[in-house]
Amino acid sequence: MNQVDAAPRRPLELDRAPVQPSTVLVRGARLLDPRAGLDGQADVLVRDGVIAELGESLAAPEGAETIDGEGLHALPAFVDPHVHLRTPGREDEEDLDSGTRAAAAGGYCAILAQPNTQPVVDSAPVLRSLRERARAEARIPTGFLAAITVGQRGEQLTEMADLADAGAVGFTDDGLPVRSAGVMRQALQYQRLAGRLLALHEEDPTLSGDGAMHEGEVSAQLGLAGIPSVSESTAIARDCDLAAYEGGRIHIQHLSACGSLQMVELAKQAGVQVTCEVTPHHLVLTDEAVRSLDTNFKMNPPLRGESDRAALIEALRSGTIDCVATDHAPHAREEKEQPFELAPMGVTGLETAFAVLHTELVLPGLIELPVLVERMTAGGEPFGLPVPRIETGAPANLCLVDLNAEWEVGEAGYESRSANCAFAGRRLTGRVRITIAAGAVAYRERTFALGAVA
Amino acid sequence: MNRHLLSVDDLTREDIERILGRAASFAEVSGREIKKVPTLRGRTVINLFYEASTRTSSSFELAAKRLSADLVSIKSSGSAVDKGESLKDTVQTLSAYDPAAIVIRSPHAGAAALVARWSRAAVVNAGDGKHEHPTQALLDLYTLKRRAGALEGLRVWIVGDVLHSRVARSGILAFTRMGCEVTVCGPPTLIPRGIEALGCEVRTTLDELGSADVVYALRMQNERMTGSYVPSLREYAAQYQIDGRRLGPNQLLMHPGPVNRGVELAAEVIDSPQALIVEQVESGVVVRMAILYELLAGRGAPSGVPSHASTEPQPA
Repeated sequence: MNQVDAAPRRPLELDRAPVQPSTVLVRGARLLDPRAGLDGQADVLVRDGVIAELGESLAAPEGAETIDGEGLHALPAFVDPHVHLRTPGREDEEDLDSGTRAAAAGGYCAILAQPNTQPVVDSAPVLRSLRERARAEARIPTGFLAAITVGQRGEQLTEMADLADAGAVGFTDDGLPVRSAGVMRQALQYQRLAGRLLALHEEDPTLSGDGAMHEGEVSAQLGLAGIPSVSESTAIARDCDLAAYEGGRIHIQHLSACGSLQMVELAKQAGVQVTCEVTPHHLVLTDEAVRSLDTNFKMNPPLRGESDRAALIEALRSGTIDCVATDHAPHAREEKEQPFELAPMGVTGLETAFAVLHTELVLPGLIELPVLVERMTAGGEPFGLPVPRIETGAPANLCLVDLNAEWEVGEAGYESRSANCAFAGRRLTGRVRITIAAGAVAYRERTFALGAVA
Repeated sequence: MNRHLLSVDDLTREDIERILGRAASFAEVSGREIKKVPTLRGRTVINLFYEASTRTSSSFELAAKRLSADLVSIKSSGSAVDKGESLKDTVQTLSAYDPAAIVIRSPHAGAAALVARWSRAAVVNAGDGKHEHPTQALLDLYTLKRRAGALEGLRVWIVGDVLHSRVARSGILAFTRMGCEVTVCGPPTLIPRGIEALGCEVRTTLDELGSADVVYALRMQNERMTGSYVPSLREYAAQYQIDGRRLGPNQLLMHPGPVNRGVELAAEVIDSPQALIVEQVESGVVVRMAILYELLAGRGAPSGVPSHASTEPQPA
């Protein structure tokens, strides 16, 4: 088997606007970091961009903000490998400022943006200008993926080596599959030169057709064209086989179906270098929600059946699914206020991901909190990004959450510029109060006043 | 009864029986020289048709006029609809005329439900994509009941392109609600996966067609040929066409129209006395009168609407 022998590239870089490192002392929060084997009450001192000290009764340095963490959990902040920031081209739906603000409000310290913008991020000049904007506007470190094929048309590879040198964190045609097996194979071959992970939207368009929802009893009743789960699983089987043959590394995006999981499990057992992600909406909702024909339940891949959902939860728990990704996909109100078949696919999710999964998976006992934290922090790992840790000397990536706080999604609006959230109106338990990203406070819940506790 | 008619699923058996009874009393009006009743005088009905339609739109127009409503008919061609105005904006614009009812036909599932959300008018779904066509189902029940006497226990076979048929979906719901046993039959490529959940049986051949009391043939659209749903119209006709050999002498035949002669139906059965096809069209007007009446002036009408008890059609 060939091995990926990536040419030495510049290390992965994420971008954000200039910040002053915060000096923050969090007193008495319960620290939980499953990777560090940490679970207990202690103080945390953040200074000079890192976790400077962990311990009992730490002294507050001069000028430090002291936060009373009593009753709160301090978690390593989350990393989302799959976000649509709609910039460039649809800044009315999301821009780098609002998108990263939404991420920080969800407890994220880093996100990876997808390249299906207008224009598509398929050349180094587009990528460079986007990174420049991120260095002026992004509130948390943001990485950018570039397209696998020019214009995401699935025909010709992008200048992947040039893009990698310009800072592409990975490659994806997300939103569309790479239709041709031949082109997919070439991308895997070229990965040996360009390095960087290939993140794949798995769908056979000859099977999904003009489908608007999962194919099953609900689609039969609604008369909506269905997207069968085999449109995903057969594409995954193809790409896992190609990755095995070429010795490439692939990451399966937004896995939705039971059959898809079986393909990934088989490939992992066979030693294929494959990782995968799942979204909160696929873990919590099913096609039954579509009966309402509410377009906030329209996304690709579609919400599947209950057995699919149960399998996804189990796979997230067992680790077959490596991480949680939101597939945060903002859409303008007028585009979603249309009949279901006409509305675009996608829902927002950054601000609700943790609270939704805590409420719907952790509280009912389907998954343990440390496992959820692990899967929400692991999103950058397949790409080679470090996983946030609560350890002395580690970069300060922390979120403070109140696991008892109840709130209603959308009641106080959204940080995102779009409101197409599948969980709008839902009561959730668990709320992010403060997010510290790479050493600086990136989000502070409105009710959590600055320095309220002296 | 709900304030709107969006889906057969919203109707109880009692709702359906009341509508069919009301339609029967309107049928007597239709037999008079002056076919009008003043029930909806001074009230506005808007027909909003985003798809070509002959039967449904004309019968709704006649129904509204015979109830003395002020009628506005909007077809997609030449209207704001064609100028890119969104459905929401169109509905809000039309709502400014304070219509009592909006009748909508759309190529998209759920369009009628959206209109109901955006307007205060009672909304009638005159076909939304491949989802439902409840007024067709009601007129089918009315027609069948008049011929067969009772609906309970009738075995109904719905034959053809079920996948793309809103008539089939509403029909399955309506026939089963009234106690019929429904079987759908068609090429495996044109039967949606999971349709059994609606309470019907599925067959892929006509071998057991003899067990049916009623054969309801669906229109086979030529455009389905391009998607290779069936290899050819010739093969489709050979396998699924209802002809004189397949239709037994005691079986009734229905079709929502327009018929593709020689495809789903052979000429000899279309013109046979067993066919209810012309009666289905005739029923369209009185059943749609009954629906508008029930929504706007009947028991299901919203409160605050002036009573029209004195304008009910009197038995002749």
